[in-house]
Amino acid sequence: MSEVSNPPQVAAVEPTLALNSRSKVIAVTSGKGGVGKTFVSANLAAALAKRGLRVLVLDADLGLANLDVVLNLYPKITLHDVFTGKSKLEDAIYKAPGGFSVLLAGSGMVEYSRLAPEVRDDFLRIMESLVPNYDIVLLDTGAGISDVVLFAVSMASEVLLVATPEPTALTDAYATIKVLGAQQKRQSIRMVINQVARTGDGTAITTQLQQVLDRFVNKDSEHPLKLIHMGDIPVDPAVRQAIMKRQLLAQSDPGCPAALSLTQLASKVESAVIKHGS
Amino acid sequence: MQSILDGLCELSLRDPLTGLSNRRHFNHLLNREIESVARSGESVLLLIMDIDHFKKVNDTYGHHAGDLVLQAVSKCLASCVRPMDTVSRFGGEEFAAILPNCPSSFGPVVAERIREAVAALAITVSPSETIQVTISIGGAYAPEWVRSTIELWTERADEQLYRAKSSGRNRVFIEEQRGVAVSADEKGMLFGHLLLGDPASASIAGDTSSSAVADTEMNRAN
Repeated sequence: MSEVSNPPQVAAVEPTLALNSRSKVIAVTSGKGGVGKTFVSANLAAALAKRGLRVLVLDADLGLANLDVVLNLYPKITLHDVFTGKSKLEDAIYKAPGGFSVLLAGSGMVEYSRLAPEVRDDFLRIMESLVPNYDIVLLDTGAGISDVVLFAVSMASEVLLVATPEPTALTDAYATIKVLGAQQKRQSIRMVINQVARTGDGTAITTQLQQVLDRFVNKDSEHPLKLIHMGDIPVDPAVRQAIMKRQLLAQSDPGCPAALSLTQLASKVESAVIKHGS
Repeated sequence: MQSILDGLCELSLRDPLTGLSNRRHFNHLLNREIESVARSGESVLLLIMDIDHFKKVNDTYGHHAGDLVLQAVSKCLASCVRPMDTVSRFGGEEFAAILPNCPSSFGPVVAERIREAVAALAITVSPSETIQVTISIGGAYAPEWVRSTIELWTERADEQLYRAKSSGRNRVFIEEQRGVAVSADEKGMLFGHLLLGDPASASIAGDTSSSAVADTEMNRAN
């Protein structure tokens, strides 16, 4: 893999990760909860791993994420144990069913969700030592716009925002986009629209969001914010079945339409991040 | 047994003198609201209220009179709010109220109603003496869409209470609600295509874009 040096996108916050590390970190976020953010993180990770990439998914929601539930994986050692010095970092990294690595926060991390400076430093230190071992690190962030989410996003070179076509999810996605643009001077945010009814709906939604942004935000901004449509995931009964069975799509129904769309998404993500294509 | 348990639960949540929620229970509720605001962008108001010159009441009429004043004010506060709101005794002569789903136009109205109701109380502290007190009120909304903390939120309400106290007491100060992240015009344009099926016709007249959210909470987070 080639090291990419992106222009710094996080001008508004203090320097976090070194650029060569940051370039492979993708924050997967959403405005609203329940739009499939963790589902996308886990299944995208599996699809990327299938392409031969070394992938780590990190539960950046500090104990509030459902990554363990989605993966049906309940590790004894978590990020919390690493923070408290009880365990070594390498012992907290588990192999998930999809062939990628996963580092879970552990429920004890909830007390850290206020993100004290020392927790931030710990987190950064952990990220610095982890990132070089992987081609792509996915940060599964929490819902809403908390300081933890903003911090996680600030460590990432790319933001992948998951939304659904519902009005409430779109409003939340739009609010998140505005905040990320204003707070972190992001220039681009990558969009994934989950649960679309028809092919092309997701593209239309991203276009619509972009038009509203152009009209209300970009018009007097020095940093016009660009949305990059990365893909749609169709409504697919196989998704629900996989979630109920607590399996990845690649395990339960690798040929279903949603799985195929995730494969396409992985290909786009790889070319965007590794080869720095789009 | 169940009634004993219920009684204990009730005790652990309530301030014994006034029957209002105690601070611990109130903080629990505040945390819940913080989560809800972060996810829903709901408008939630926190009021912090302090009886003016309460020490004088204690010094002049004695502590029993002070307790009667606290009880009367508590009852009055509880009667001024909706059933979904929670009033708490924060300690001493300080009270707090949390008002979920409280639009910015409603906040000052309810706070003013509380102030007037307290000022109108005639509290009998002894067979021959009836006294009146006033209350100062400071308020702050939770920053919409942002997961705040109890400390930051109460600090902002406290700042307003300080303003109320320092500008003569018996007053209400509520921090102006910060720009809503998504204005009605933006929403109109976002969903226009859903209703009309044509994004091009969904543009809404008027260009009053709300300023981007730049809350204290978020600035501190960065």
